[in-house]
Amino acid sequence: MGRRSGHAKTMGRTAGLAGGLVWLAACDGPQSALQAGGRDAEAILELTLVLFIGGGAIFLAVMALAGYAVFARPERFPGARFWVIGGGIVFPIVTLTALQIYEFAVARRLSAPAGPEALRVEVTGHMWWWDVRYGDGPEQLRTANEIVIPAGRPVEFTVKAADVIHAFWVPGLGGKIDMIPGHANRLVLVADKPGVYRGQCAEYCGAQHALMAFDVIVEPPDRFEAWLANQRRPAVEPVDPALAAGREAFLSLGCGACHTVRGTDAAGATGPDLTHVGGRRQLAAGTLPNGAEALAGWIAGAQHIKPENRMPSFPIADGDNLRAAAAWLESLK
Amino acid sequence: MTPPLDDPGLPSPLPRPPQEIATLKRVWWARPGIGLLTAVNNQRIGVLYIGTALLFFAISGLLALAMRAQLAVPENDLLDHGTYNQFFTVHGTGMMFLFAVPVVEAIGVYLLPAMLAARDLPFPRLSAFAFWAYFFGGVSFFCSLIFDAAPDGGWFMYPPLTSSRFSPGINADFWLLGIGFIEISAIAGAIEIIVGILRTRPPGMTLDKLPIYAWSMLVMAGMIVFAFPAVIVATLLLEIERVFGWPFFMAEQGGDPLLWQHLFWFFGHPEVYIIFLPAAGLVSMMVPTLAQRPLVGHDWVVLALVGTGFFSFGLWVHHMFTTGIPQLSLSFFSAASMAVSVPAGMQVFAWIATFGKGRVQWTVATYFLLGFLFIFVLGGLTGVMVAVIPFDWQAHDSYFIVAHLHYVLIGGMVFPVFAGIYYWWPTLTSRLLSERLGKWAFWLMFLGFNVTFFPMHLSGLLGMPRRVYTYPGDLGWDALNMVSTVGSFVLALGVLLVFADMARNALGWGEPAPQNPWRAGTLEWIPNDTYATRSIPRVSSLYPLWDNPRLSREVEEGGHFLPGAPTNRRETIVTSPIEAKPQYLMPMPGPHWGHFLAGLFTAAHFLCLTVQWYWLSILPAVLAIASVFWWVWDLDKGEDHPPQDIGGGWRVPVYVQGPESHSWWAVVVLLLVDGTAFACLIFTYLFLWTVSPEVWPTDVAVLPGLEWLAGGVALWALGAGAMLAASRAVARNRPWPMRIALVIGFLLLLAAAVLQPYPHIQSGLKGADSAYGAAVYMLAAWQGFHVAVLLLMTGYTLARSFAGKLHARRRVTFDNTMLMWHYSCGQGAVALLLVHLFPRLAV
Repeated sequence: MGRRSGHAKTMGRTAGLAGGLVWLAACDGPQSALQAGGRDAEAILELTLVLFIGGGAIFLAVMALAGYAVFARPERFPGARFWVIGGGIVFPIVTLTALQIYEFAVARRLSAPAGPEALRVEVTGHMWWWDVRYGDGPEQLRTANEIVIPAGRPVEFTVKAADVIHAFWVPGLGGKIDMIPGHANRLVLVADKPGVYRGQCAEYCGAQHALMAFDVIVEPPDRFEAWLANQRRPAVEPVDPALAAGREAFLSLGCGACHTVRGTDAAGATGPDLTHVGGRRQLAAGTLPNGAEALAGWIAGAQHIKPENRMPSFPIADGDNLRAAAAWLESLK
Repeated sequence: MTPPLDDPGLPSPLPRPPQEIATLKRVWWARPGIGLLTAVNNQRIGVLYIGTALLFFAISGLLALAMRAQLAVPENDLLDHGTYNQFFTVHGTGMMFLFAVPVVEAIGVYLLPAMLAARDLPFPRLSAFAFWAYFFGGVSFFCSLIFDAAPDGGWFMYPPLTSSRFSPGINADFWLLGIGFIEISAIAGAIEIIVGILRTRPPGMTLDKLPIYAWSMLVMAGMIVFAFPAVIVATLLLEIERVFGWPFFMAEQGGDPLLWQHLFWFFGHPEVYIIFLPAAGLVSMMVPTLAQRPLVGHDWVVLALVGTGFFSFGLWVHHMFTTGIPQLSLSFFSAASMAVSVPAGMQVFAWIATFGKGRVQWTVATYFLLGFLFIFVLGGLTGVMVAVIPFDWQAHDSYFIVAHLHYVLIGGMVFPVFAGIYYWWPTLTSRLLSERLGKWAFWLMFLGFNVTFFPMHLSGLLGMPRRVYTYPGDLGWDALNMVSTVGSFVLALGVLLVFADMARNALGWGEPAPQNPWRAGTLEWIPNDTYATRSIPRVSSLYPLWDNPRLSREVEEGGHFLPGAPTNRRETIVTSPIEAKPQYLMPMPGPHWGHFLAGLFTAAHFLCLTVQWYWLSILPAVLAIASVFWWVWDLDKGEDHPPQDIGGGWRVPVYVQGPESHSWWAVVVLLLVDGTAFACLIFTYLFLWTVSPEVWPTDVAVLPGLEWLAGGVALWALGAGAMLAASRAVARNRPWPMRIALVIGFLLLLAAAVLQPYPHIQSGLKGADSAYGAAVYMLAAWQGFHVAVLLLMTGYTLARSFAGKLHARRRVTFDNTMLMWHYSCGQGAVALLLVHLFPRLAV
């Protein structure tokens, strides 16, 4: 037995070391909760580390005790019912009470409502994309699948669902919140470090739950304001005749039934607003990197790329028309 | 009549009459071949039950392997989204509903009578029915995969994704009807287990001498009674919404998707402990044997089991930390979720201390138990982590949770069950499973498990959500997923090795086992045959075989209670629930086709409903009901023999009625189930009101007048009065007044049930209008269902009366009908009070 357990121990140590290295190497990623880009994510990360270290220590202690219990001679094993009462009752009550106090303080801080200075963004989950609105009233600005926010300023997200339950989750910035039909949930996040944070739907929402992601782009306040001002402008009138032809192709295909491009006749509301679609990093809720070719591919083969999504494939015989429409969309920065 | 239980007359030194064993063998004879279908004996049904559960475990496991293969590399196209979504739904549903709960009940069916030295469980045909219903239901559920009709809404089936709008196919119905009806079989099993543990213990086994495993099963069965009705009601509401459009979960019409989550998790969290507690009970039986000393802190462990049962009902919201529920409520559930780790910790330390104080026997079961400790403690600690609300906001619905739940469920349940397979196998074939194969299997499973699931903690924190059929390659998840996939195949290889070992042993290989190979102290290791133990031992301690090494021999020589079959039929001793004093000799039903056909036709009925052959579904329904009547017709035999001598100076009757009867207990437990379901409907009504008071009537004038309330309550009261009159007539042996009172009483109930929805229909309210209409008519429909059941029960009671099978000294059937009757009357009155008074108070 001794030999085998020694072997297991070495293996355990190797595994632990390898695990630690993987951990270090793998922590960064655009969707990692272990790389905090704001104070909320940081508070949770700190809590996570406390839990891991504390939990790890308790685990090792219990396993050591179990190992001793199994291998030591019975007369050398101290106490009996002491362990049940001390280890099973007193110790958890003391540690868990302490943990609760810490936990409630963090939770309270994180769920505090935002002040009047906060930026307000409304995000509605659809099968399988994100409708994003800034502000309200006639001033309201609509975009999709990409959220740009200023660094350092609280952002209050109001999240809703248009069809089924989704969940709004940007691990690099904080915890998640469900989007439930009939409910308007709120989540306040503060991003500190400018950068791109990937978010993804966390509540199973049907066929294409896996392809329902979005980017949160954190900009310094001045660049955010510039972005906002640009977004408020309608689509620019194309000067290049090729682009103008693309706009015509877009409209004649009937895309305007579902999509809005401000500044044109396209005013549909069921699909994503495309007024500045060319400026976004990704297409189809994080499914494809954006670009004229990707746009053309998406228009022609949306059902192939993301089956069952609400956008039909437009098998356009005339490749020129398709490329023109895609080029025009790509120009909408 | 009642000699003391420590009477020195036992074991009886007199030799037993030689024909006694022959009689026992004859009455407990199990039919071979096709007769297996008629079998009721717990040893046979238990094995079939465990075998079927393991088969479903294997199928669900194969689905998991396919999913792991799909996720091995990013942007894989091995499985398309539709297949993957069906696979993960069927994997979760199959593991939870068709493997985990059935297998722990199945092990109970197999082990409990042996541990309690009873000849069988108190309702053998009910267990057999539950098994067959489960078998046919489970097989057709998995077959839905072949027809691409398997449910794909997740094992949790959240509406509105599962509503008719977003899941128009019959896939969701397969879940709702298939699983909904298999839950009925789980409840049947729970009733069996509760009555079995409380009423068929060996004389002298007072509650404080009850083996820990029986405690765990008692708590588990009690939890099923209070948890399963919630999910049955939830599935019923969703199916009704899908078919009739009653908007329980549709926000636009005043429903709320969160209602489903509350009901589902009110069941779903206790469910985890329903799975874990029996496994913990198995561990608490194996550890003392393998350490050769009594369990340290026995009483504390019992307390922990009962405490877990209570706490587990206060945790359900921790599955809903991200739904936007106010912080204060979340804090309560966070605290409760941490508190439940206290009883788990008590048990872990009790096992460790028992190992510490004993000399450990190294066998395969020991390995699996230590593996269990490792995995379960780790899973428990991550459980504390996810009870911490802010941490859960990150971890929820990510792969961290996938890791956590598999650590708790595979660690907490599969490893103990596999330890149990190696430990108790000799009671089945009298041969040991292979130590060599077993240790290989253990290491493959243990390492494979950790390699599969440990990396998932990390992939979850790196942002990987659950239930995704694909993922992009640039998020840092690739290596972790590949490792998990490799691990899962190693784990599967280990499981395969165990199956191979079992098959090899069943075919005749394997070392012959001594009678009590691990030198255990409890009664399941007494030699037994088809008739279970030769005689039923008098028990005076927790580890009878340790305290009286001669006990096995005494029992085998027929020196203890009931050494034969005095009335020439299957029978066992019923004892009092606390003191375990012999009360009567219960005749037990033997093999029959009725319960088998009932199971088959019940499954067929639900299958017809699923595929929307509504008219055709009536045929199997009628056949199923007829089969049930056929199976119960020759039960409730009355006092057909004089009191019998069962040994030790005890002479007990062969028939009792009223609250001493085991049948009465079963109906009371059933009514607890029923009452819990009704409470869930009341919760539904009140919850929907708190969500959408605007769809409730704001003007008292539109409500039906209070005369409808007074009239309805009066009808239910008169109906109950008629039943009391009928009961008095039975007691006086006056059949005609009894029959007339029953008929009049039933007509009163029928009138009450019809008049409950009538004024609402008159007022133009429709179920599909709003959550209010749906809730009002649901209460009425529930009451209508009860009156329909009472129609069958009353008709059956009358039939027995006409057949001369019902009189003052043979009224168990009548009393059962009476219990259901009075309960329904009370329930009807409460429903009326709610529907009429609440809107008036709430205005």
